[in-house]
Amino acid sequence: MKRIAGINAPAPKHLRGDMAVLKPFDVAAHSPDGYIFTRWLAGMPWWTPFAMMVLVVLWPTIVYAQSGFTTGDAFGALWRWMPFLLTSGFLFNVVISMLAMAIGTVAGAALGLGQISPLKSLRMFAWFVTQLFRNSPWLVLLFIVLLALPFEITVFGVTVRIPDWMKGVFGLSLPVMANISEVVRGAVQSVPTAQWEAAESLAFTRRQILWQIILPQCYKRMLPPWMNWYAILTMATPLCSLLGIEEIITLSRQAMEAEDNHPELLVPFFGFALILFFLYCYPIARLTMRLERKFAVKL
Amino acid sequence: MMTASNWTPEQPIVSLKEVRKSFGALEVLKGVSLDVMKGEVICIIGPSGSGKSTLIRCINGLNDIQGGSIKVEGQEVHDVKLDKLELRKKVGMVFQQYNLFPHKTALENVMMAPLKVLKQEKSEVEARARKLIKKVRLEGKENSYPGELSGGQQQRVAIARSLAMNPDVMLFDEVTAALDPETVKEVLVTIRELAEDGMTCILVTHEMGFAREVADHIYFTDRGVIVEHGPPATFFTDASDPRTKEFLGQIL
Repeated sequence: MKRIAGINAPAPKHLRGDMAVLKPFDVAAHSPDGYIFTRWLAGMPWWTPFAMMVLVVLWPTIVYAQSGFTTGDAFGALWRWMPFLLTSGFLFNVVISMLAMAIGTVAGAALGLGQISPLKSLRMFAWFVTQLFRNSPWLVLLFIVLLALPFEITVFGVTVRIPDWMKGVFGLSLPVMANISEVVRGAVQSVPTAQWEAAESLAFTRRQILWQIILPQCYKRMLPPWMNWYAILTMATPLCSLLGIEEIITLSRQAMEAEDNHPELLVPFFGFALILFFLYCYPIARLTMRLERKFAVKL
Repeated sequence: MMTASNWTPEQPIVSLKEVRKSFGALEVLKGVSLDVMKGEVICIIGPSGSGKSTLIRCINGLNDIQGGSIKVEGQEVHDVKLDKLELRKKVGMVFQQYNLFPHKTALENVMMAPLKVLKQEKSEVEARARKLIKKVRLEGKENSYPGELSGGQQQRVAIARSLAMNPDVMLFDEVTAALDPETVKEVLVTIRELAEDGMTCILVTHEMGFAREVADHIYFTDRGVIVEHGPPATFFTDASDPRTKEFLGQIL
């Protein structure tokens, strides 16, 4: 690229400060990509959780210094509840995220392959489903699933109850499915068509080409966006608290109620949840961005 | 199996009659006819954009045609009822950009089609693949991935990969055009050995010296038609058409 003084290179000394130059707007640098959340998370310095902990400790001291219920009492309460919040609360969020990811990945892979089917009707159907669930608010999908699914179903005379948390898993897996569908379609289409032609000229069938030649080349480049969506999904699991599912946010609220709802409790309890989510998702985000950089160069 | 045809080896193994091909409104082949006998080596030369690559891509059905006929061993290639897979087992193709499968080693690249397409027995395929890799002088590179090989080496693996299917005809689409000058020769040596073994070869090439040396017949195409053709001995010296003369004047 040509270096232009004052635009993309330092201006000579005698010109500096003389003229205000409006730099061209860099569209590429400002357009959002699929990694916008993960990049933001991974871009934080490693000491962020410690800074958060300090903030969580100091905040109530400053704001509610005059109240009878001290910060010390609030942290004492958090300390008592911590094992319960961690094992019954946060671990449940992790379980929800893993189940939703598993369902979303399997369904999304099928939908993504549908989007590249030679059958036009199947392609259109898969595209429509993908766009529908990709562009709907997650919370709306959750509520629709919660209200649309019966609380029990009867199959061959056996009545199975569907607990709310399972509906939550299903509701969260829908947007994941749609986004994974796009990941699969994008990865398959990123393989040069010359690979298809080379395989065709060796008399491979379409199915063989897809499964034995194209998809094996895709797994590596699908991994970073897949992890990206896992981190986003995990961060979205507290949405389930709005459905009354007993994950960490719901349990934190119940715990605070049990501790007489002192306002001093808010920051320690929700701060604890925030730190847990950060500790879980931050390494994933860092690894995702590292893999993304590595695979982007090698391709 | 390919439907029975009364083709005998005395007839052309590949026969094109008035082939027409357009991409939208752009007609790239405007009635091309040529015959290739079994064991013959023919070279198609001509300026870029004259339809050479399109022409050989039509022979194994990678491109469809809008008019005329292409027959391989007497079988119409663009017959809608034809099983393209059966055709492609008989016609091997090597590309300009090699197009090896990057996630497989050199040996696996060669073995893959006979194993998965022809469903041949693994030990037999592996022995044949090793022999082919030796034939293209890549002994010791069996377990290298395409990314670890030079362009010339990758192209020779691609040739071995095509040969592993035991094709009757080999198509070479500007196979040396993407190579460094010093690696061109190793690929040409491999192709010449194939030709000497009696393989029917159709080459699109810019290597005039090579064409002159190995070809039984040379075709010059320009703007979608065959302008002139003949055996190399007379083609290069007695070209009569002004377009051929001009092209050869620029090249030689």
